[in-house]
Amino acid sequence: MDFQYEVKGASLTIYVPRELDHHVASQIQARADLAVDTYRIQTVIFDFSETEFMDSSGIGVILGRCRNMGFAGGKVKAVHLKNERVRKIFSMAGLYKLVKVEEDQDE
Amino acid sequence: MNNREDTMEKQNEMQIVFDARSENEGFARMAVAAFISPLNPTIDELADVKTAVSEAVTNCIIHGYRQGSGKIFLECTVIGSTVTIGITDEGVGIINIKQAMEPMFTTRPELERSGMGFAFMEAFMDDVQVYSSPGKGTRVVMKRRIGG
Repeated sequence: MDFQYEVKGASLTIYVPRELDHHVASQIQARADLAVDTYRIQTVIFDFSETEFMDSSGIGVILGRCRNMGFAGGKVKAVHLKNERVRKIFSMAGLYKLVKVEEDQDE
Repeated sequence: MNNREDTMEKQNEMQIVFDARSENEGFARMAVAAFISPLNPTIDELADVKTAVSEAVTNCIIHGYRQGSGKIFLECTVIGSTVTIGITDEGVGIINIKQAMEPMFTTRPELERSGMGFAFMEAFMDDVQVYSSPGKGTRVVMKRRIGG
């Protein structure tokens, strides 16, 4: 598996790796859906601390979680969006309107 | 000295054939990025080209070969400061290219495709041409000038 994740209470944090493409996105999709069902997750958090590259497959996996969590009454957040490129892709895809982005305290 | 070599635009070319497997998406991006590095692209230019390559290769895997086996043909030519990238598969082909290129259109919503692949290629490259023939395959040719 090419990424790490952590379950804390009803939150699932996905540590997005350096590059988020179709290869990684399909692994995140499978693992996240399993964790959400298993642990009754209410919030899925995408942590972009390490991420420098993201393509349209990354958008797909985030939108997919928004849709699934929406059915379950949960929500999706993105944190540590510090990379300029990742922010540009978020903005081009209109993700800022769909996902709650928490800015870092120290920024 | 002003010989013919100096006035002619420098040309450089490479070709790679690789299996249509998702772990090769990163390899394809990195190969093109490394090949065009003598042009001294900016971080943004490099990210634009890498994203476009990633989109085209992902399309071959998911749509061209429907996640089955097949080969992807990648060529990259640099003439002067212009990079031309050709990405070709021998997969199912596209029946309606115009529709396939519309933003948000996807034939595979169950795979969480955002439908942004061609839109990104067009946004990040100066020119994108798509040639396809149903049952035979698809070829995408993209151009980008590096350095303005």
